[in-house]
Amino acid sequence: MSENDHGHIQEHIKVYLTVFGALGFLTLLTVAASYMDVSPMEAIFLALAIATIKASLVAGYFMHLITEKQTIIWILCLTFIFFLFCMFIPMITVIDHASLS
Amino acid sequence: MSNDSHPKENFLQKYIFSVDHKIIGLQYGITSLLFLFFGFCLMMVMRWQLAYPETPVPIVGHLLGETGILMPETYNMLGAMHGTIMIFLGIVPLAVGAFGNYIVPLQIGAPDMAFPKLNAASYWAYFIGGVIMLSSFFMPEGAARSGWTSYPPLSIFEAGQTTWLIGMIFLITSSLLGSMNIIVTIVQLRAPGLSWFRLPFFVWAQFVTAFLLVLAFPPLEAAAVLQLMDRVAQTSFFLPSGLVYSGASVDVYGSGSPLLWQHLFWFLAHPEVYVLILPAMGIVGEVIANNTRKPLWGYKSLVYATVFLGFMSFIVWAHHMFLTGMGQAMSAFFQTTTMIISIPSVVILTAFFISLWGASIRFTTPMLFALAFLPMFGIGGLTGLPLGVGASDIHLHDTYYVIGHFHYVVAPGTIFGLFAGIYYWFPKITGRKMSEALGKLHFWPSLIFMNGIFMPMFIQGLAGVSRRLYDGGQLYAHAQDVLQWNEFMSISAFCLAASQIPFFINFFVSLFKGEKVDRNPWGATTIEWSAPSPPLPHENFEGPVEVYRGPYEYSVPGADKDFSPQTEK
Amino acid sequence: MQIPYIVEERPDTGLNNSKLGIWVFLASEVMLFGGLFSAYVFLRMAAPVGDFAYWGSKLSIPMATFNTLVLISSSMTMIMSWASLKMKDFEKFKMYMGLTLLCAFIFLVVKYFEYTGKFHHGIYPSSSTFMGIYFTLTGLHMLHIIGGMIVMGYFWLPFGNKMWTTEPERFTNRIEVAGLYWHFVDLVWIFLFPILYLL
Repeated sequence: MSENDHGHIQEHIKVYLTVFGALGFLTLLTVAASYMDVSPMEAIFLALAIATIKASLVAGYFMHLITEKQTIIWILCLTFIFFLFCMFIPMITVIDHASLS
Repeated sequence: MSNDSHPKENFLQKYIFSVDHKIIGLQYGITSLLFLFFGFCLMMVMRWQLAYPETPVPIVGHLLGETGILMPETYNMLGAMHGTIMIFLGIVPLAVGAFGNYIVPLQIGAPDMAFPKLNAASYWAYFIGGVIMLSSFFMPEGAARSGWTSYPPLSIFEAGQTTWLIGMIFLITSSLLGSMNIIVTIVQLRAPGLSWFRLPFFVWAQFVTAFLLVLAFPPLEAAAVLQLMDRVAQTSFFLPSGLVYSGASVDVYGSGSPLLWQHLFWFLAHPEVYVLILPAMGIVGEVIANNTRKPLWGYKSLVYATVFLGFMSFIVWAHHMFLTGMGQAMSAFFQTTTMIISIPSVVILTAFFISLWGASIRFTTPMLFALAFLPMFGIGGLTGLPLGVGASDIHLHDTYYVIGHFHYVVAPGTIFGLFAGIYYWFPKITGRKMSEALGKLHFWPSLIFMNGIFMPMFIQGLAGVSRRLYDGGQLYAHAQDVLQWNEFMSISAFCLAASQIPFFINFFVSLFKGEKVDRNPWGATTIEWSAPSPPLPHENFEGPVEVYRGPYEYSVPGADKDFSPQTEK
Repeated sequence: MQIPYIVEERPDTGLNNSKLGIWVFLASEVMLFGGLFSAYVFLRMAAPVGDFAYWGSKLSIPMATFNTLVLISSSMTMIMSWASLKMKDFEKFKMYMGLTLLCAFIFLVVKYFEYTGKFHHGIYPSSSTFMGIYFTLTGLHMLHIIGGMIVMGYFWLPFGNKMWTTEPERFTNRIEVAGLYWHFVDLVWIFLFPILYLL
């Protein structure tokens, strides 16, 4: 998207600074959360949830996705879900295996 | 760099490091045809051994050692490299690199691909990868011999694999850059008036193929890096604990998983087989529409089936792994998805068949190849069904049945489609037609001998003859009744080789002496035929391109001729 | 006929060619790192219980946290360098681009200390499957950082930013595309950090 208005960009810069602050805070939160006494599954979920929020902020604001057309956003979201699905199938094939014992 | 003034180019810029998609397409075409020929020769040596075990191989025997007999390690080497070369150095570069690069911009009315310099870079990455692969034959330890599938633990310890992995990294990079280019080109550079559902089916096929390449290749690149590290850095990503190799305990950390390689490999390699078939289906669609003088039947279903096929191809991969001990739930999942994926293929084939109904068929050479594609691909596809169902796959996995199945799809399937494309687009590329007589002399024997090679493989496979056997099954009691087919198949292979001679003669003689034709000798409707033959360097078309109708407006009632070109007002 | 939509956007997609190109490329990169992430999951499940946690505890969380903040800052300075070009401020662009390169360099320095620290203690990729996948993932990520630095360095130096004087809009788009790549490299680290260091 091409905006040529100085003021317009200035508003965007404010957003970038806010996102930057949020990212820094979330990073420290991730580290703090790792010291919490939770089960492994919960730890994984928590870590990935925070990482996803951070990633969404980077993708949405730094990578301008939030201003792109809805189609692009939907395609990316669906791709992401599909990607998660593909990545976790091999795991399931190992859990459910014909064991000799 | 602006494109409107073209400074005089020297020989290197114009022909070697050209950024013109047409030159690059031809570079891909020539290189890949040479590799296809080389891969075919490797297979002929193997087939000699299978037909006449332990006898000296004629012509090339002196390269195999003093006795001239093909030894088992060399047999495995030829087998692994035959597969690798045919798939990654032959078919994909020809179908996507050559046909995709040359034809797609022309069929969408664009002056070039979206990123011409990247296009050149992807060709040279392919070239380097090919050189590396070929050079492995001359390394002291020889070329890779763990199958094109490179399963660990064997591939971690066997010779020649490191060079193979490095070569693959270059080839994968080339594919990624090339397919990225095709996607952007098709999305962004379509001429005014060329909406998505006015695209020729060939362009849709290339579009889906490019997506498959872009998304499926990287996990193999990751896996290749991991296997490389297992080989040179003593990691154990794919090596389990407690492994004993050649009597000695392997000194690595262990706790790796050979299955991990299989998953990462087949995650690419299954979409890869759709990469092998889709461009050929695209070509067949073009040739059928043109030579029936009718629109393709079910254009929209063809498009939706192709997109659905692309999507499904990502979730069937473990049907190559039914015998690895996976549990019922996952096996059922992959069997189901595999059965479902046969549906779009059937839709596409059916649409092509129905397109013939009520048509005025012109039996030109491209049409003969396109017509033969239909039943040949049909056989290939149908024989895949028992492989996709776990219960029957138990008996057929890793037998000659599998080899028969996939060769039917790729050899009298894809390669016939590509031949159709060469005969069809030769006039556009050169301004001359190939000889019809020599074309038929190429076609009929090829069809017969293709079946001669691959049909008996089903018989052998059903009898239980395993694949990748140096002796072709001689030592096995269950194979004795079907051994006689070995000689039959090998002779068919040698005759198939001879059947290509008319093609070579036709190709080279026609370049200089072929019948000169105008820009649209086939009376076709798609945009590439409105460009001069050959199209203008760097620009393709003489002026701006505008599209007024769909891609297959043949025999429109009330029109003055039996075809209405897309670009004609 | 020139190739269209190099600078101006195609109306129905809202994109110029390079932007679509880099997004498609990033999609392939997602699959590349995704393949390695799924390898990590697989290997962790194949390893003895507690094996990955044991080897993982040898990594330095403070160093990696610092590196995470450094990389996030570099993303910030990267977007600021693009915004400066949008506001036609070339000097600010150079400053922010320089800062981005500096942050990337700091990241590499910290990585250098991390790696050599491991080697010093006799810990190599072959020491365990965790270390193997750790070095592979972070090593590949590091190669991407270096690649990004080469491209950004090219745009930062005089011979690379000549286009600002001849075709400013096209140059601005180039910085945006480089920025998209850089943000992606940051994104990968955002997932790498908790998975390798914290879990």
